[in-house]
Amino acid sequence: MTSTPVDPPVGGPPPPPETPKDGASGLGSRRGRVVRELVRNPLGLVGGGLLLLVVLVALLAPLITGYSPTQVDFDLPFQKPLTVGYPLGTDDLGRDVWSRIAYGARASLVVGLIAVGLAVAVGTPLGLAAGWWGWLDALVSRLTDLMLAFPFLVLAVGLAAINGASLTGAAVALGISQVPTMVRVVRAETIRVKELEFVTAARSLDASAPRILVQHVLPNTASTIIVQATVIMPVAVIGEAILSFLGLGIQPPTPSLGIMLSDAQQYIFRAPSAAIFPGVAIAVICLGFNLFGDALRDALDPTSRR
Amino acid sequence: MPSDAEVGTTGAGPLLEVTGLEVSYGDVPVLHGVDLTVGTGERVAVVGESGSGKSTTAAAVLALLPGRGRVTAGSIRFAGEDVTHAPESRLRRLRGREVGLVPQDPMSNLNPATRVGAQVAETLVAHGLAKGRAARDRAIELLVEAGIEQPERRYRQFPHEFSGGMRQRVLIAMALACEPALLIADEPTSALDVTVQRRILDHLETLRASRGASLLMVTHDLGLAADRADRIVVMSKGHVVETGPAEAILRDPQHEYTRRLVAAAPSVNASKVVAAGGVSVTERSAGPDASARPLLEVDDLVRTYRVRGRREPLVAVDHVSFSLQAGTTTAVVGESGSGKTTVARMVLGLEEPTSGEVRLDGEVVRTARGAARRAVRRAMQPVFQDPYASLDPTFTVERIVDEPLRVFGVGDKRSRRARVTDLLEQVALPASVGQRFPGELSGGQRQRVAIARALALDPRLMVCDEAVSALDVLVQDQVMTLLEDLQRDLGISFLFITHDLAVVRQLARDVVVMRNGRVVEHGTVDAVFASPAEDYTRDLLDAIPGAGFFS
Repeated sequence: MTSTPVDPPVGGPPPPPETPKDGASGLGSRRGRVVRELVRNPLGLVGGGLLLLVVLVALLAPLITGYSPTQVDFDLPFQKPLTVGYPLGTDDLGRDVWSRIAYGARASLVVGLIAVGLAVAVGTPLGLAAGWWGWLDALVSRLTDLMLAFPFLVLAVGLAAINGASLTGAAVALGISQVPTMVRVVRAETIRVKELEFVTAARSLDASAPRILVQHVLPNTASTIIVQATVIMPVAVIGEAILSFLGLGIQPPTPSLGIMLSDAQQYIFRAPSAAIFPGVAIAVICLGFNLFGDALRDALDPTSRR
Repeated sequence: MPSDAEVGTTGAGPLLEVTGLEVSYGDVPVLHGVDLTVGTGERVAVVGESGSGKSTTAAAVLALLPGRGRVTAGSIRFAGEDVTHAPESRLRRLRGREVGLVPQDPMSNLNPATRVGAQVAETLVAHGLAKGRAARDRAIELLVEAGIEQPERRYRQFPHEFSGGMRQRVLIAMALACEPALLIADEPTSALDVTVQRRILDHLETLRASRGASLLMVTHDLGLAADRADRIVVMSKGHVVETGPAEAILRDPQHEYTRRLVAAAPSVNASKVVAAGGVSVTERSAGPDASARPLLEVDDLVRTYRVRGRREPLVAVDHVSFSLQAGTTTAVVGESGSGKTTVARMVLGLEEPTSGEVRLDGEVVRTARGAARRAVRRAMQPVFQDPYASLDPTFTVERIVDEPLRVFGVGDKRSRRARVTDLLEQVALPASVGQRFPGELSGGQRQRVAIARALALDPRLMVCDEAVSALDVLVQDQVMTLLEDLQRDLGISFLFITHDLAVVRQLARDVVVMRNGRVVEHGTVDAVFASPAEDYTRDLLDAIPGAGFFS
């Protein structure tokens, strides 16, 4: 599903995630270097372009579509693409496929963002704490092992069933099911960073553990967290499609790429376009995130430069 | 594919001849017309600081330039044959078969997942010199020659079961496996302890001489080059600045850069003193009168570790006691594993002693609480070995130096900012550095930033763990001068942890020699250097590179 390993080998100096109040001038050059690296990578440009396209379509959906995604026209079902007014044709109820994709992409991105936000918000502090305090590590690591023992989808389906079938329910389910991988990645980085001498220097000042974690460890794990977020994002997008396909996610008639696939599958031979386009849309979103995530990891990690 | 007859037929010319070599990484030129020759059976050392292009030159000879490096001009001739742009198939036979490489880091140059013997045998198999049982037998012979005992058993072991010195011996065995005519050694022993270093180099020399092979050695250590090479090539910023017989270079350097290098080389200076066998009269003040209570007292310190699979705990530090007078420098020397760093960590309170105590100005570090604890923390600051790892890459220099002040809540924002500028000035850095990130600074500048951070709280004691070991000779000299100035101007005491006796000689008044967790010798530097009471100390002193040259 994703071409990026779960535990990206990010090392070396990552960029600061937050703008330090003093010293913005040096920051520009660091950020500039990462941007230059990104631009130099052709796959990263393709990924970034795809993402930009998807985001623009999702944001501008009301402006670039001719029909409401829920507007039914029983006179014109199963229209072929490029028939008058319907660039991608219509589905079994005569709804505009293009409009439904645009609004569906919106739902996908919203679910993805909530899921990633949740995974980062819960996974990062747990990972930092587990990496720093050995006694907590045993507890947190066993819990994540326990969660990882369930296949990701089974976990998400179970959680979605508990949360109730809705957009937020699906997003929360997907977010929670991605917490363990985030914990593991952040924990591993924390263990690496805490052995570095600048942390020892801070410890010899008797700086408090939260202070060291927030000021030193977190900024130095930021690039890993960002890259992991770009790995989780497409997983969540596909997860939303799957949950909606199964009826555990977004509820009709609200458009979702997963619902479109599930609706179109009955008529796959009569109107293949109604199934193909949402599938392509899912692929484009995931490919965009994966390519961009890979390029971002390379740009943030000076050791992976060719 | 050319036949073997073409190979190795040496004419009258030198074995290796590099002419006008220019190398670029991407668009950045790093070598500017390097000329270098190595005659048959000759030993040539390339000396220079990091970034001088010495390793790049060695890599170019083997066509093993990393990343986007490429040869842009000039030629490399091996045994009369131009190999500058030779095809990969030719180069593969050149590497290993005709030119052997002893790499720098024995820790990362062996495959951790493969048995050591198989890796030696692989060299033979790859070059079609032996197969199966014959390769195995020859590999065992090579291990014996490289000085590895119980080779049959060692053959079947993995790299992690070998010490650093043993691994380097294995790498030498691999380099010599195909009886190459030229041996390239890139900093072959800089990752090893001095006494091990000497044994390995002695052994390498014996093996080389018996085969009549040539040696091209890359090193940053002028003393080592003088000891081990017939001819020295001095490089700086991608140029060869001087070349000549080892003795001439050391005794009568012509180029200004070489002169600075010779003057700064601590090993050379120290070995002069050792070789002279006399006590030099130092200008160093004798410090406050010795009857005063010492600033730091280390009293019967013990630290043991539980090791999995062993019933007996490992004793890392074994009843260590010494004291340090205010305003003086005490060096703790020893090889890796001697427990010197563990002592430093316990002094800093980063690690709990199993028994014994550390007292700073009469206050026991371990039990101090509240205000006393804060006072102890302020009075004692660390400087670490690796200036790359000891500064947070996401902080600006100003924020790094400011951190101790913020943690201790000293002053307000404005006064702290002024203090940071003062501190940078004290370590001879311009205030403009404050807005930059550590990644934009050189190694020497970073170490200055680390020293500025340690100075921030006006400490009375600085604990320097190998604080100059990772620096280039010239930079090392500057940083040591800075530390001496700080001691003179601010009266700061230093506890200096190091493996480098040359550094001890320059900086310290007292020295504590540690081995296997115990103190084997303790006294003033002058006394210990002039007449070491222990064999071990004498070994360490003899192992300083360059010592032989001046004796």
